Amino acid sequence: MINSLLWLIPLLPLLGFVINGLGRNTLSKSLIGIIGSGVILASFTLSIAMFFELGAGSEKQFTVDLFDWISAGNLHIPLSFLYDPLSSIMLLIITGVGFLIHIYSIGYMHEDAGFGKFFSYLNLFIFFMLILVLGSNYIVMFIGWEGVGLCSYLLIGFWYTNGNYASAAKKAFVMNRIGDLGFLLGVFLIFMTFGSVEFAKVFPQAAGMMPGTATITFITLLLFVGACGKSAQLPLFTWLPDAMAGPTPVSALIHAATMVTAGIYMIARSSILFDLAPHTQDVIAIIGTATALIAAIIALTQTDIKKVLAYSTVSQLGYMFLGLGVGAYTGSFFHVITHAFFKALLFLGAGSVIHAMHHEQDMRHMGGLKSKLKITFATMMIGTIAIAGLPPFSGFFSKDEILAHAFENHKVLWAIGLFTAFLTAFYMFRMMYLTFFGKYRGTHHAESHIHESPKTMTFPLIVLAILAAIGGLINIPHVFGGNAWLGHWLAGAGIAQHELSLDHTTEFALMGVSVLAALSATVYAYTKYVKNAHVPVADEGKRSILAKISYNKFYLDEIYDMIIRKPLDAFSGFFYRIIDKKLIDGLVNGLGWTANEGSKGLRLLQSGNVGFYIFMMVFGIVALLLYTYLSIA
Amino acid sequence: MELLILIFLPLVGALITAAIAKQNASKTIALAFSILTLAATISVLCKFTPDASMQFVVNYPWIQQLGINFHAGIDGISIITIILTNILVPLIVLSTFKHVYKNANAFYALILFMQSGLLLVFTALDGFLFYIGWEAALIPIYFICAMWGGKDRIKINMKFFVYTIAGSLFMLLGIIYLYLQNPANNFDINAFYALNLDSHQQGWVFWAFFIAFAIKMPIFPFHTWQPDTYTAAPAPGTMLLSGIMLKMGIYGVIRWLLPVVPQGVQDWAYLAMILSIIGIIYASVIAFTQKDAKRLVAYSSIAHVGLIAAGIFASYSLGSGGIQGLQGVMVQMLSHGINVVGLFFVLDIISSRLHTNKIEELGGLAKVAPQLAITFLIIVLGTVALPGTNGFIGEFLLLFSVYNYNAWMGAIAGLTIILGAVYMFRMYQKVMLGTTNDLTITFTDIKGTEKIVLYTICVLIIVMGVYPKAVLQLSEASVQHLLEQVNQKLTGLN
Repeated sequence: MINSLLWLIPLLPLLGFVINGLGRNTLSKSLIGIIGSGVILASFTLSIAMFFELGAGSEKQFTVDLFDWISAGNLHIPLSFLYDPLSSIMLLIITGVGFLIHIYSIGYMHEDAGFGKFFSYLNLFIFFMLILVLGSNYIVMFIGWEGVGLCSYLLIGFWYTNGNYASAAKKAFVMNRIGDLGFLLGVFLIFMTFGSVEFAKVFPQAAGMMPGTATITFITLLLFVGACGKSAQLPLFTWLPDAMAGPTPVSALIHAATMVTAGIYMIARSSILFDLAPHTQDVIAIIGTATALIAAIIALTQTDIKKVLAYSTVSQLGYMFLGLGVGAYTGSFFHVITHAFFKALLFLGAGSVIHAMHHEQDMRHMGGLKSKLKITFATMMIGTIAIAGLPPFSGFFSKDEILAHAFENHKVLWAIGLFTAFLTAFYMFRMMYLTFFGKYRGTHHAESHIHESPKTMTFPLIVLAILAAIGGLINIPHVFGGNAWLGHWLAGAGIAQHELSLDHTTEFALMGVSVLAALSATVYAYTKYVKNAHVPVADEGKRSILAKISYNKFYLDEIYDMIIRKPLDAFSGFFYRIIDKKLIDGLVNGLGWTANEGSKGLRLLQSGNVGFYIFMMVFGIVALLLYTYLSIA
Repeated sequence: MELLILIFLPLVGALITAAIAKQNASKTIALAFSILTLAATISVLCKFTPDASMQFVVNYPWIQQLGINFHAGIDGISIITIILTNILVPLIVLSTFKHVYKNANAFYALILFMQSGLLLVFTALDGFLFYIGWEAALIPIYFICAMWGGKDRIKINMKFFVYTIAGSLFMLLGIIYLYLQNPANNFDINAFYALNLDSHQQGWVFWAFFIAFAIKMPIFPFHTWQPDTYTAAPAPGTMLLSGIMLKMGIYGVIRWLLPVVPQGVQDWAYLAMILSIIGIIYASVIAFTQKDAKRLVAYSSIAHVGLIAAGIFASYSLGSGGIQGLQGVMVQMLSHGINVVGLFFVLDIISSRLHTNKIEELGGLAKVAPQLAITFLIIVLGTVALPGTNGFIGEFLLLFSVYNYNAWMGAIAGLTIILGAVYMFRMYQKVMLGTTNDLTITFTDIKGTEKIVLYTICVLIIVMGVYPKAVLQLSEASVQHLLEQVNQKLTGLN
C-alpha cells in the first residue's frame, strides 16, 4: 500500500484546496467544513494504515518516484517521496493534529466572511507540510519548506485589511527567506560535495567521512541558518510572536504544532551530517539555549494570552535545538511530538477563551473564567502541567530527556535549561491564574455573554488533552523500566542514537531537581497571582528596568530596525538619487548633449509624422527585398 | 519556409493593420496576426527535434557583393526566445483591448513590426541580418514610447535613444571588424565562429558587443535609461521592452559573444560577473524605497536580469559543467518575460482605473478586487521565485551555477531571494492589502480580456514551475553543444 498510495496523502489536501478555493463563494459553510476536514481525515487514515504496515514489515525505507522535476547536466532532482519511520510519525502529527484543528476551525471561524478561503489555505498548508516531510531530497523538501512559508504568510495576513497584520505577514515571509537562503546555499554545497541532493545518496557517503571537516561544518551551519528562520531561533525569531496576528487555529497548527518544528525535523533528518560537525552542534546548543532563555524571560511579563504562548513556543523550540546540539535527536523529536499535543491544545484553549470573550486577548481583562469555561479550563490545565514538565504528563518525559543529555555534555547549558524550566512553569501558571482564577476584570456587558465554546471546538481540546497527558508513553526511558520505543523506531530511519551514560541515581536526581524547580515556580505564581491577586500594570504604568526589557522584548525589533532597515533605506535613497540620477545620468546626459548638438543637421529629416516614418521603414525593406529578388533572378 | 512565414507573418500583419485606420479593426487584425504567428510557432514546435542541430534553415544570397546572406535558422536556444516572443505578443495586444489609442493603426502596426524584428534577431545566422533585426526591433519601440508615452516622454526617449544607438553602433563596429577579419568575406556566423583572433583582438570585439548587450539588458552601470523609459512608456511598450526586448541582449551574448570571442569572454568574465552581481544588489536596494510601482518593477527587472547575466558568465567559465547555468538562463528568459509582463499589466489595470501608480495613494484593492488579488499574488510569487512557480526553476539553476563559479558570489547573488521578497511583498501590501481609501474604493475587479491575459499568465507560471522539463529539454542539447564548441575553441587556442 505504501508504494501504491503514498502520493494520495499529500494529494488529498491539495484537492481540498482546489475545491474549497474555487467554491469559496458558492459552497455552503457546512460543505466547505466537511470537505476541508474530510480530506485531512482521509490522509490521516491512510497515514495510520501505512504506519502499521511499516511497523509490521521488515523494510523501513520506501522511495516513491513521481516524475523527473528539474534536470540539467549532472543535476537530477526527481519529485520523489521517502516514507520511513521519521516521516511516518510526522505524517501522523500533521494529519492528526491538523484534522483536529480543522474541526475546531469549523466552530471558531463560523462567523467569518472568509470561511471558504480559510479552509482552502489550511488545506494548502497541510499539502506543503506533507511535501516537506515526504521529500526524498533537499530540494523537494525545499518546495514544502517555502510552501508552508507562503501559507503562513497568507494566514497571518488573513485579516489583511488590518495594516499591522499585513506587516506581520510580510515580516514572517522575509525573515523566513533569510533562513531559506542559508538552506539553499547549504544544499548547493551538499551537491558540490556529494554529487547529489538525495538523502539516500548523501547520507551513506557522509557516514564514511571524518568528523569535523570544514565542508561538513559549513554545510551544517548553513542548514542551521535555514532552521533558525523556520523554527524561530535567535536572531531570527521575532517574526513568530508577530505571527499571532493570524486566526488562533493557525497559531496552533502552523506556529506551534507543525511548521515551526520543520527546522528540527530537517536537522534530525540530517543527523548523520550534524553528528560529524561538533562545532556546529555547539553553535546549535548555545543558540537553542539562549533562545529558550530569552523567550522565556519575555514571556514572563506579556499580557496578551497569545503572546505568552508564542514566546513559550519560541522557548520550547529553543529546548529542542539544545537537544539537537547535544546529540539528543530522539529527545528533540520526542519533544516535537509532545509539544505538538500540548501547545496545540494550549493555543486552541486560548482561542476558546478569546472566542468566549469576543476577541479580547488581554489577560488583564480576564480572570475568574474557570467556572464559566469548564472544559476549556480543565483541558488547558492539563496542557499547562504538561509544558511545565510535571510528571506524569508528556512534557516531563521529553524535556527530561533533553536536559539529561545536556547535563551529560554541557553542565552550563543544562543549568540554563533548568532555570528556563523554572521560568516556563512560572509564566504558564501565571497565564492560567490570570485567566481563570480570581475575580473577573472585564466589562459587565461582556461578562453576560461569556459561554463555553461549541462542541466542534471542545472536542479537539479533549482529544488533545488526552494526548498531552499520555503522550509521554511513546518513549518511556529505561530508568522507569520503559523500552524507549520512539528511539528504536527512529533508529530505523537512520537517526543517530546516543545512549545516556548516566547512572540511574543521577538520572533520578536530575528529574527531582527539575520537578522541584517547576513546582516551586507554580507555588510562587500561585502566591503572586491568586493569593495576592496581583494584576500586571497597564501599558504606560511604571515597571522596573528588568520588567521593561522583558515587556519590550529586549527591544529587538527596534534594534533590527536601526541596524538593518534604516541603513538599507538610506542606501536605497543614496543609490537612487545620487549614484543613479546624479552620477551615471550626469555622464550620459553629457554625452547626449554632445550628440544632440552634433546632429542638428539631421533634424530636418524628422518631420514628426509617424506615418512617414513607417512608410520609410517599409519602403526600405521593400527596396531590399526587391534588390534580393533582382539579384537572384 | 516555415521560418520565413514565422518571421514575415507579423510584418504582413503590420502592413495590413497600418492600412486600416479604424480603432477596433486594427486591434482585431493585430490580435489575429499575433495569434496566427503563435499558431505558426506551434507548428514549428511540433516539427522541432530537440537535438543540437540548426533547423528550418534558410540561406538565400542577398547582397552578394558584400557577402550578405539571408541566413537564418532555429536551434534549441532560438526556439525558447521565439516561444517567448510569440506567446507574449498576443497577450500584450490583448492587454490593450480596454484602451483607446490615438492612431491605433500605427500603434498596432508598430507592435507587429517590432515582432518581426525580434524574430529576425532570434533566428539570424548572418551578422548583418542580425543587425538589421536589432534595429528593426528598436525603431518601432522608440516610436511607441515617444508617441504614446507619458510625462516627459520626449526627454526620456532622448536618453533611451542615445543609449541604445550608442550600443548599436559599437555592435556594428564589432560586426564590421569581424567581417573584415573573415577571409571568406561574409557575415556568416559559422565563419565568425571559425575565426582565429588573438586575445587582444578578442578583447576589443568583446567590449564592442558587450556594451550593446549590456545596455539592452541592462547591466549596471548601463541601466539608467531603463527605469525612466519603463515608467514613461505606455504599458504595452513597457511590456515589449521588459518582456521580450531585453532578451535580445541575453540572446546576443549567448549566440554572438560566447562562441565568437571565447578568449575575450574568458578575460573579462570576472569583471562582467562583478558588474552583474553589483546590479542585483544595487537595483534591489533601490527598489525598496520607490514610490512609483512601475519604477519599482523596473528596478526589480534590473536585479533579475543581473542574475541572468551572472549566470551566463558563470556557466561559461565553468565550461561543460556550466550547463545548469545556461539552462537556467533559458528558463529564466521565459519566466522573467512572462512574470514581468504580468506585473506591468497589473499596474496598467490599476493606473487605467485610478490614474495612478503611486504606492502611497493605493491600498485595500484586495477587498474590492479579489480576482486581481489572487492573480497578482501568483505573479508576485513567480517573481520572488517560490518553488512550484516558474521563477524558482530559473533562479535555482542560475544561483547554482554562480555558486559553483564562486561561493561568495553565489551567496551575494543569493541575497536576491531575500531582497526580492522585501520589495515585492512591500509593494503587494501597500497596493492590495490594508483598508481602501476614497480613491481605491471605486476600483472594480478584472473582467473580460483582462481575466484572459492574467489567467493565462498564472497558468504558465505554475505549469512551468511544476513541469519545467518541457522547456529544459528543448534547449538542453543546443546549450550543451554551444558549451562544447566554446571549450574546443578555447583549447584549440591555448
